[in-house]
Amino acid sequence: MGETNYLVVGSSHAALEAVHAIRMIDAKGSVALVTRDAHLPYSPTVLPYVVSGRSKPERVALRDEAYFKTMNVDFVRGATLVGIDAKNRTARFEGQPARKFDKLLLATGAQPIIPPIKGLDKVPFHVLRSLDDALGLRKAMGQAKRAVVLGAGLIGMHAAENLVEAGLAIGIVEMQGQVLPGYFDAKASGLIEKAFAAHKVTLKLGRKAQEIKSGAVVLDDGSELPFDLLLVSTGVKPELGYLEGSGVATERGILVDARMNTNVEGIFAAGDVAQAKLFQAEGTGVAGILPAAVEQGRIAGMAMAGDRALKPYPGHVSLNTYTFFGQQAISVGAGVAGPVPAGAETIERADAAKNAYLRLALKDNRLLGAVGINVSLDPGILWQLILRKVDLAPVMDRFQADPLAVGRVLMSRLWR
Amino acid sequence: MGKAFDSIVFHGKNCDGCGDCVTACVKAKGGSDALSSRIKILPDGAGGFELALCRQCGEAKCVMNCPSGALTKNGDSGVIDWADDKCVNCLLCTVGCAYGGITYEAQIGHVIKCDQCGGQPACVAACPHDALAFSTIAGIYNSYGDKEDMFAPGLSACQGCNSELLIRHTMRRIGPNAVVAAPPGCIPGMGTVGYNGKTGAKVPIFHPLLTNTSSMLAGIRRYYERQGRDVTVVALAGDGGTVDVGFQALSGAAERGEHILYICVDNEGYMNTGMQSSGSTNYGSWTSTTPVGPSLKGKRSDGKNLPMVMMMHNCAYVATASLSHMEDYYAKLDQALETSKNGFAYVHVYAPCPSGWRFHSSKTIDICRLGVETNFIPLWEFTPKGGLRFTLPTENPRPITDYLKAIGKYRHLEPAQIEHIQHLADERLSLLSKFVRDTGARPAAE
Ligand SMILES: Cc1cc2nc3c(=O)[nH]c(=O)nc-3n(C[C@H](O)[C@H](O)[C@H](O)COP(=O)(O)OP(=O)(O)OC[C@H]3O[C@@H](n4cnc5c(N)ncnc54)[C@H](O)[C@@H]3O)c2cc1C
Repeated sequence: MGETNYLVVGSSHAALEAVHAIRMIDAKGSVALVTRDAHLPYSPTVLPYVVSGRSKPERVALRDEAYFKTMNVDFVRGATLVGIDAKNRTARFEGQPARKFDKLLLATGAQPIIPPIKGLDKVPFHVLRSLDDALGLRKAMGQAKRAVVLGAGLIGMHAAENLVEAGLAIGIVEMQGQVLPGYFDAKASGLIEKAFAAHKVTLKLGRKAQEIKSGAVVLDDGSELPFDLLLVSTGVKPELGYLEGSGVATERGILVDARMNTNVEGIFAAGDVAQAKLFQAEGTGVAGILPAAVEQGRIAGMAMAGDRALKPYPGHVSLNTYTFFGQQAISVGAGVAGPVPAGAETIERADAAKNAYLRLALKDNRLLGAVGINVSLDPGILWQLILRKVDLAPVMDRFQADPLAVGRVLMSRLWR
Repeated sequence: MGKAFDSIVFHGKNCDGCGDCVTACVKAKGGSDALSSRIKILPDGAGGFELALCRQCGEAKCVMNCPSGALTKNGDSGVIDWADDKCVNCLLCTVGCAYGGITYEAQIGHVIKCDQCGGQPACVAACPHDALAFSTIAGIYNSYGDKEDMFAPGLSACQGCNSELLIRHTMRRIGPNAVVAAPPGCIPGMGTVGYNGKTGAKVPIFHPLLTNTSSMLAGIRRYYERQGRDVTVVALAGDGGTVDVGFQALSGAAERGEHILYICVDNEGYMNTGMQSSGSTNYGSWTSTTPVGPSLKGKRSDGKNLPMVMMMHNCAYVATASLSHMEDYYAKLDQALETSKNGFAYVHVYAPCPSGWRFHSSKTIDICRLGVETNFIPLWEFTPKGGLRFTLPTENPRPITDYLKAIGKYRHLEPAQIEHIQHLADERLSLLSKFVRDTGARPAAE
């Protein structure tokens, strides 16, 4: 049985930031990065671009073997975590001997949800989470003519665009009444839908897939969408299978505190697998985005190595950037996608000629959130204004008129 | 040792928003209009200007957020490099940046950021108002960081001590071929001469009496010279051991032109024995022997200005320095070291003391800088041939109160005292100016 001071499972953003943070403090302790994947570390976010061919699969690696050598990290591929014995501090793998650990980080991310649709188990379909998924989809795309995408979240929308550009006829089915619910309000989503419609994508919004027949999706209104390629992108769920009997507490994801520690001291979780504090709401949630995986991974690594510079996780702020057909969409914070929260004020501006739309949500002179379509915004600055609860009262008029310039002035000053 | 890097510095108070930097950036990097500029100058709504520019962060969030490996920290230049052919336009880098340093510009079609123009930033060259500067000071830390530290780790100086920083840097430069005298004061007090039979330095170091530092060093140097060996002898002395108790030996050695490098670390008092006033303590200062009460309001007389006294000895080299301006100090140390092979070199370093002066230990270098920027501490050097030269003249000094208000030992000052201190500082500067002979001054370094 192998023994490791720091055992990190997964090889994506959360895991890599944790390894970096550990090595910043502890140059000597043994570190192992063990992943189920057969490839060098890569990001799931890059996969749509592998599908489209913009990114070459051999050039998407976030680290190479030389990095692990320099950092003295034991990088093990093709080993799936299948069980944890918290008491004896042991992790069991498929395809690898078990390992004892002092500190364990679970950074196993998320997996596609396969919805219980009648007939789905009888047809071949694609998902998009791993590099092998992307390569498979790319290959299938070359031979297909019509595709149906189930779910209009970020993964589905990204993939649909690639399929359009590869010349396929596309239908998207989404249960909710708009694309990208959760990040954008109906007006913002409307602009995105317009771009897809202009590319001849059939959008079936507010519709459910009732049954999958060979070669067609039957919707709840009885209509049918024919396909020879089917992509399921109806959401993701944390990868928790290996936790059975371990005593590590979970709800939707693995429950962690502000240092990313689970209920078992010394076992940590970060990224898409973790359920952590929220910044703008009570309770906890699964963030499911790359910047949160980076932040949580770094904090977990610092906590594991006992870095005294650790600042506890302030909580997740909803964030996303989305580019579609050369246009840009940005969503930061709360109060911009759904109904206006109590006591908040929203400001909306649209410029139809430019296909531009801006929505700001404010409360007590603090920024709650912002959505912009084809509007220049610095999402990183807006995120900081929210996290730091910057009082905008002295600059409110100017901020509302020009959040880009005034945000930059504020951060330039806060920095000094 | 980790590397430090060059950086673009913004002096907002000098910026008038002329936009020449923006024009220069667009010209250098290509683009159609001001939006294509990597440097962004923004009116703050109150007549001033602020900056949005890539900070080339050490732990860069844009790099961490990049899913395609398009952004990397360049280990040689420190610049965050962006690779066009790997970028997928996902904009997640702009989520990471808190400064508007990497931005998506629709007319260009991808994110843009500053690359420092390969070490010669066009914006800096174009700035007509000294609002932008390219600081290369980090190079010092790289070259000195690679040199061996001549002191043991774990010296027990107070938190925020300026003197420890100074002696470590100084001896890194001087190297192992040296003998150090550390007369009673903070420097031996923090353990440089050792405890319990163990030494705190990797060079021969000894603890002379307060009175005889210069005499002992003179003897050691002469002995080595007689043996035909070129060994640097250096005093790392406090102001008490220099300005007061050790002065007659110092004055004699200077007069004889002994081949000594004498560094006085001036924290304006006997700080390690309980913060008593010394001859160097400035007017108005609170110390334990110049208390503040109903009648006494701190020290009543002005401090001796020893560097000026040493200049009147016509020493081969005399200089003043402050650790807020390291390039200046290193240039002077080089010159002093060279001079001390054949003559007497005296360097007076101002050393604000968090414990004795009553300011927070994180503020030491800020206080050093304020001293220089208010002209309370003019930085100059003198050689008999060249006369006196201000090395970093402060043309638009800040009010002296910026310095005094930052330091607890001046907290009690009354308006009349502040006026008197301003007067003393003005007099000091005008007196020093009378010794300036060299007009072809070197350009001021940052
Ligand atoms: C197509 C697509 C597009 C996306 N676009 C965006 C976007 O635009 N913006 C954004 O913010 N986010 C986006 N995301 C989400 C983002 O990629 C994730 O939030 C992020 O990758 C989470 O990182 P992670 O380290 O937590 O987990 P993951 O990236 O999911 O990595 C999990 C790692 O654990 C390994 N693993 C899993 N189970 C095991 C096991 N049992 N044993 C060993 N190893 C295991 C996996 O092989 C993998 O290496 C996108 C995701 C996808 C799929």
